[in-house]
Formats: sequence, C-alpha cells, structure tokens
Amino acid sequence: MTRRDATVGEEIGQAPTTAYLSTGAAMWRRFRRNRLALAGLLVVALLACAAIFAPALAPADPARQSLEDKRMPPGPKYLLGADEFGRDIASRLIYGSRIALMVGLVSVLIALVLGTTLGTVAGYAGGAVDEVLMRALDVLLAFPYLLLAIAIVSAMGPGLPNTILAVGIWATPGFARVIRGSVLAIKEQEYVQAARAVGAGTGRIVVRHVLPNCISILIVYSALYMASAILLEAALSFLGLGVQPPTPSWGLMVSTGRDFITIAPHIATLPGLAIALTVLGFNLLGDGLRDALDPKMKL
Amino acid sequence: MIGYLIRRTLVMVPVLLGVIFLIMVTITLIPGDPAALMLGEGATAEMVAKLRHSLDLDQPLAVRYVRYVSRVLQGDLGRSIREGRRVNEEIADVWPATAQLGLTALVIAVAVGVTVGVLSARWPYSLFDNAVRIFSLFGLSMPIFWTGIVLIVVFSLVLNWFPAGGRGTWAHLILPAITLATPTIAMLARMTRSTMLEVLREDYVRTARAKGVANRGVLTRHALRNALIPVVTVLGLQTGQLLGGAVLTETVFAWPGIGRMLVRAIFARDYVLLQGGVLVLAVTFVVINLLVDLSYAYLDPRISYR
Repeated sequence: MTRRDATVGEEIGQAPTTAYLSTGAAMWRRFRRNRLALAGLLVVALLACAAIFAPALAPADPARQSLEDKRMPPGPKYLLGADEFGRDIASRLIYGSRIALMVGLVSVLIALVLGTTLGTVAGYAGGAVDEVLMRALDVLLAFPYLLLAIAIVSAMGPGLPNTILAVGIWATPGFARVIRGSVLAIKEQEYVQAARAVGAGTGRIVVRHVLPNCISILIVYSALYMASAILLEAALSFLGLGVQPPTPSWGLMVSTGRDFITIAPHIATLPGLAIALTVLGFNLLGDGLRDALDPKMKL
Repeated sequence: MIGYLIRRTLVMVPVLLGVIFLIMVTITLIPGDPAALMLGEGATAEMVAKLRHSLDLDQPLAVRYVRYVSRVLQGDLGRSIREGRRVNEEIADVWPATAQLGLTALVIAVAVGVTVGVLSARWPYSLFDNAVRIFSLFGLSMPIFWTGIVLIVVFSLVLNWFPAGGRGTWAHLILPAITLATPTIAMLARMTRSTMLEVLREDYVRTARAKGVANRGVLTRHALRNALIPVVTVLGLQTGQLLGGAVLTETVFAWPGIGRMLVRAIFARDYVLLQGGVLVLAVTFVVINLLVDLSYAYLDPRISYR
C-alpha cells in the first residue's frame, strides 16, 4: 500500500509529502481497526463536547443550591441526584469536565515544552550537559508518585494555577527522558549526518530533522500523560491541596461526598466514575495511537 | 557484585542530596514567614524572631542546607514544630503501619497480578483473558481513593464484612490493602501477559515442548522465569505508585501511617515534619529500586554486574 502511494507521489513530484500522508493514512487505517482505540477516541470526543458546550448541556446551574433537595438520590428531578448543598450533580460533572481537561491539557503542554527542550538539549549536546541534566531529573524521579506534586502544591498553596503547574512539573522528567532517548538514536542517523555534511547548523538540524522524527512518540506520550495528569489533579483535589471549592472538580466532589457515604453514597461515587471513565478514555486512545503509529514503540 | 553495589550506593548520594535540596527550596517558596504563620496572630515580634532563630530560618539557604544535611547524616530529622516531638519518633510511630499496608498490598499485587497474567497468556483471547484485559484497563484508570470508597460502600456499609477504617485486626487491613494493590495488580497482569505471550513464541519454549516437558513445566520453569525480568522492572517503578497511593489510601481508610502524617503536616504547616516524611519516602523508593536492580542477577544469570 505504501509503495503504491509513493509512486503516485512521484508522479506529481511530491514524494516526501505524499510519503508522509500515506503514513498518516496507513496509521488511521490501523487505528480504525482497533475497537478499543475507537472507544477511547469516542470517550475523549464526548468529554471535549461536554467541556465546550457545558452551559448548553448542563440541565441546571452547577452553583445553584437548594437546601430542601440536599442529598437527594438520582431520580426524575435530578438525573444523578443532588449533593450536600442540593446542587445538581449531573451539571457539576459536566462543568467538572472543563477543569479536568484544562488541568490535563495545560499541564501536559507545560511538560511537553519543558521536557522536549531539556531532553533535546541533553540528548543532542551529550557529555557534561547531558550528565548534569539527567542527574537533575533523577532527583525529580526519586520522589514517589504524587509526593513531588504534594510538595510543590503545599509550598505554593492550593488553587487551580498551582495545581496545573505542579502536575506539569511532575510530568516533565518523563517527557525529557523519552525525548532524550529518541534524540540519541536520531542524531546518529545518516540523514542527520548528511544534513551536517551539507553545512546545516545545530539549530536547523534539531528543528528540521530531529524534532519532526520525535512527533509520533510525543503524541502517544501526551495522550497517556493526559490520563495520568487528570488522575493526579483528582488526587490533589481529593486531599484538599488542589482545586478549591466551590469549583466543580471531580476529585474535590469525591472528597466532600465522602462525609455522606453512609446516607448518600451517590455524592462521592458518581464523580469518581467520571474520573475513571475519562482516564480510561485517554489510556485507550494513547494505547491505540501507539499501536497505530509504531507497534514496536516501547512505552 | 560488591563493587557494583558500592557504585550504585554512591550514585544514590547526589540524588538524595538533590532531593533534600529540592524539598528545602520548595519549602522556602512558601509565601510569608513560616514562623509567623505557625505562631498565629497573637505572637509578638520577639517570639517570632526566637522561633525563626531556633529553626535556622534567619540563616541563608546554603547554611540551612548544610546544617540540615549534617543533622540528617547523624540520623536526626529535627523536631516537629507543632508538637515539639522528635521527627524520628513521629516517623517511627507511623512507619510500621505504612510498611504493613504497603507490603501486604505488594504481596497481593504480585500474587494476583502475575498469576492472572500467566493464565491470560496461557489461554489468550479466551473469556478469562478478555475479562482480565478489561479489568486491567479499568484498574489502571480508577482513582485509588475512589476504589477505596466504593469498597467501603460495598463491603462495609452494605455487606458489613469489613470495618470501614482504622487499624487493629487483620480485617482492618483487607480493604485498604486491596485498594492500594489494584493499580499494581492491573499493571502486573498486563505486563506479565504481554511478555509471556512474547516468550512463549521463543525457540527454547518450542524445544522444551518438543522434548516432552509438560505444559505446566514449560509455563513456570521456561517461560515465566524469562518473562519476569521486565515484570520486576515495572514492579520497581510501581513501588513509587504504592508509596504515593498510600497517602490516598491512608486518608480514605483513616489508616495511621506516614501518608496521613504528611497530609496532617501540610495542613498544620509543620514543614520540619513534612521535610522528614518526604525524605524518608524518597529514600525508601530509591533503595527499593536498587534492590530491584540487584534481583536481576538472580532472575537472569547472564546479567552480570561489573
């Protein structure tokens, strides 16, 4: 299949572009055949819709309290019940998707930029620079999961921006390591040597030859890290260190609902289900992208 | 082997020095004066100055760092600010509870995860295998604190089989240990399944079959032993997950361990206690990963340490 596409490309004199497109088409074909990956894509798409169209989709104002309806179980008045202040849980879950997605996207973006920069510099420069950068990242990796983010948030104080920053810093070493590994492999490739031989500078080689070849691994890694970032935000908010009330964060909703599990278990359990399904969606999407982009990729 | 051990231990030193440095820098970032915050509004300037002095807060970061590291090297983590107790004692009080919870979770995770992964690979794409794969995907996605709450609702509140929290009898241990083990079970099952499937296609497995080794022998003696190496690597990384997950699990089940102590220290702004607790967990994590690296030689005699 790839060969025939390449021939078509040669005829119209755009071999490189067409070769890229045919990889894209082949990738989509592999992705489409993977039912779990499609399910992940569907979950993520639904989530994005919920976040974008929250005001139109939510049956009620997520902040409106109604004390006479407090802790009402799911039913005709409130589809998923009401929380301890009589707020509509379904609406709060829909608005909560905005928080989850925003924390996920922005923190992964922070990690992507920081990690790619550090990883590229370390891998391409090598020697002492590489050694110092990687040892510094080892320090970050020596913190067990969650503890680094806890330490950062407890220093800077809770709240949405600091949560995003803490999650972003937590994710940075992972990106840096993966990129460093690919850069080390790519910089020995013949086309990089060829570019150097014709006089391309370091900056041009990195931007034009090294980074484009890291894109598929970055896409896969970003999708998988979205899942972890959303879990981490939920955990921080659950501990009371992340997003603060009355913002509808799913982790926070589980935390406050915990006080009522004996009398109204739906308040704590439904937001947790939303977290689990969202994280599952991103995990499936990431796995599917990995299999479609490069089945040999070790992640 | 001894040389390798010494070298690896030496590499740990700068990493741990870095960890201490990072913790101290983070804590320095706390807005406002920790001493004034701790004493509250009624404190006089003199009291604040005295506390600042006793905590070394009037010293530059570099001086504080050197003093703290030299105290840590003598095995002294300082005194907690709120209760004035030695941090060593505070940690010694809560450490056994976390160790008990973590080790139980680890044993459950390895026993269930590896067994299930092997059985999945034995009958790939069977009903059992599909169920395992769906469970693993979900197990990796569930927030651990939610797993705990759901288990409490089902097994404590509805069925009334286990207590909902606290520590005491073995029955108190079951739900938190299962909660903490869940993501690791899922991870190990996935990893064991995929490496077993890979190994089962190897020539030596076919040879073993050809010379008449029974299926069970092929699975355990020939395939599993080779499949375990990547599994052990994942297990080392998963200890980080277990230690962090312990903070959440202990919070959900009111388990009196180091995780709850940390959360308490954060809300009390007791940074000496926080510093000590985070340091102890980071050291544990680094040491476990060293042990994991050493276990490779046992699993695969071809690996030698030079």
